[in-house]
Amino acid sequence: MTRAVIGHGPLPSEIRDLPDVDMSTSLASFALPNPVLTASGCAASGRELDQFFDITALGAIVTKSIMINPRSGRATPRMAETPSGMLNSIGLQGPGIDAFLERDLAWLRDRGARTVISIAGGSVDEYTRLAQRLRHVPDLSAIEVNISCPNVEDRGQVFACDPYSAAAVVAAVARNSAPGVAVLAKLSPDVTDIVAIAKACIDAGADGLSMINTLLGMVIDPETMRPALAGVTGGLSGPAIRPVAVRAVYQVHAAYPDVPILGMGGIRTGMDALEFVLAGASAVSIGTAIFNDPSTPVRVLAELRDALAERGFERYADAVGYAHREPEPMSTSGGVVSVPRYGADGSWDTVADADIELEAGVEG
Amino acid sequence: MPVQIRGEVLSLRRAGSYHVLTLTAPGLPELTRPGHFVALSVGGEHTGMMLRRAFSIHRVQSRGVYGGTLDVVFAVHGKGTAWLAERHRHDVIDIVGPLGRPFALPREPVSCVLVAGGYGSAPMFMLADALRERGCRVDVVLGASTEDKLFGVLDAKRMAATLTIATEDGSVGKRGRVTDILPGVMESVDADVIYACGPMGMLAAVAQLAEERGVHSQCAVEEAMACGIGVCMTCVLPVVDERGTTRMVRSCVEGPVFRGDRVRWADVGTIPADCLGAPVGGHR
Repeated sequence: MTRAVIGHGPLPSEIRDLPDVDMSTSLASFALPNPVLTASGCAASGRELDQFFDITALGAIVTKSIMINPRSGRATPRMAETPSGMLNSIGLQGPGIDAFLERDLAWLRDRGARTVISIAGGSVDEYTRLAQRLRHVPDLSAIEVNISCPNVEDRGQVFACDPYSAAAVVAAVARNSAPGVAVLAKLSPDVTDIVAIAKACIDAGADGLSMINTLLGMVIDPETMRPALAGVTGGLSGPAIRPVAVRAVYQVHAAYPDVPILGMGGIRTGMDALEFVLAGASAVSIGTAIFNDPSTPVRVLAELRDALAERGFERYADAVGYAHREPEPMSTSGGVVSVPRYGADGSWDTVADADIELEAGVEG
Repeated sequence: MPVQIRGEVLSLRRAGSYHVLTLTAPGLPELTRPGHFVALSVGGEHTGMMLRRAFSIHRVQSRGVYGGTLDVVFAVHGKGTAWLAERHRHDVIDIVGPLGRPFALPREPVSCVLVAGGYGSAPMFMLADALRERGCRVDVVLGASTEDKLFGVLDAKRMAATLTIATEDGSVGKRGRVTDILPGVMESVDADVIYACGPMGMLAAVAQLAEERGVHSQCAVEEAMACGIGVCMTCVLPVVDERGTTRMVRSCVEGPVFRGDRVRWADVGTIPADCLGAPVGGHR
């Protein structure tokens, strides 16, 4: 199949001569050749995006959250553009788990794409049944448990807003999933203390955390003087929410540095992705930016690789959580700054060949 | 299969209340069929406007000095289209297309009436060419609120067996709406197929007129879209499938052209209670 991206020119790393970076990573037991995934609900089941780039080149496709039964979703209008973002109020429209497995997952498997299956339910029992259905899926690597979709009738259904509800769902999925399947809990930023929710999920058996889901928002149309969305409220996504997402990843990584985080929220460029990596994300997902440019995931992957190479990282894994390091001692050597690196044991060392000479220092 | 290309602005001209934008689009014309659309990014590289704007393809040209070119017609509705209206020659715009399901064409040389409201006529000229190549008779009905909101009157006059116009203020043609004059045209040309593009209300009325007379209709809908490529699920409307089941289908990939008798026009904007996956007790 010919890939149909014309006129974008060579990828950055092909023009500039940058050293290789080992981009491999993992989300608990799920090993990935690179850390860029799609975000649930922004890539359907991969087939549409495969028209624009080879989806097997990504770390994995995270599918749109699937429920037990077919679901129509909410009425239209379902979206409104907002500054550097959008509101959506889809309401988990989907074909139900049986049709999904038969049609969408079968296609992904034939295509050879690594896959994270996102599941959503209205009760602990529904999540349990979904996990049980997925036990029989061969080669399943990871499940993302969407406990944080804001587009439900009853805010009480947003399990991720309450530690006990979040833990109950995660425990049910973890208990009913095949051993070796990584269970990721998807968290909502609409909470007072996201670290407390993260703790509840980890204690309940989550192998990793996906963060963040959309923020609950609302737009009122000044023409009609009514809510712009038929569902009244919707989930805010896009670059507008990136600082909130980076903060959430940073806080949770600080508290649980050994728990892998799939970071997302407004990533549009490799530099955006780098923020999440430095905050502590073992991998990142691209969401709303796909609507703006369907090629975003592969572009972000190339840009992130270059950004890491430019900063002297030989391995992606070394950059994860790098923003949490101790402050560097004040330089007194007159303009030569050394780039400290994590050693293999997580300790500090200084890599001499990565030293950067500041121009001012050289001249002065 | 769509392509993603960086098009260069060749020209931007006014046509009544509308703008006609011509972009270089190498590789796109060969793939385009009447009824396809494109999704253009707006606002430039660092914009806060994250959503593409969808436009039906007015014309394409595969040969010529510029390789392939693409024409779209738009009205300034908001910030995105205002940005487009300020483009200059050589500005670059990212194009994704051709997208969607085009108009179905008849195998036999039948009598076709093309109905459009406002700049809904944009895709109708390529369609008329394709129909005439198949030996079909083409009659055109155009309508708008006022004369400057009609698009393509001269082109329509040139290619159609007859052209009938209705404006709500009576500034040109008959005073009224296209649906007031359509039954007369259908009868006089013994129409077999109606092709329609325009606002939802017009499409609903056209589909009903066609169905009442046992005439096949093909309607190109306008729904708000975020992605245009089938991943975001915002542009859905209730459509009945072959087995009689109503589903919320994406107008970007399963449309924008639908059989008029398959769309539940009165229920657009709602989730009908008998729709597949509708919540028990209704849904807002």
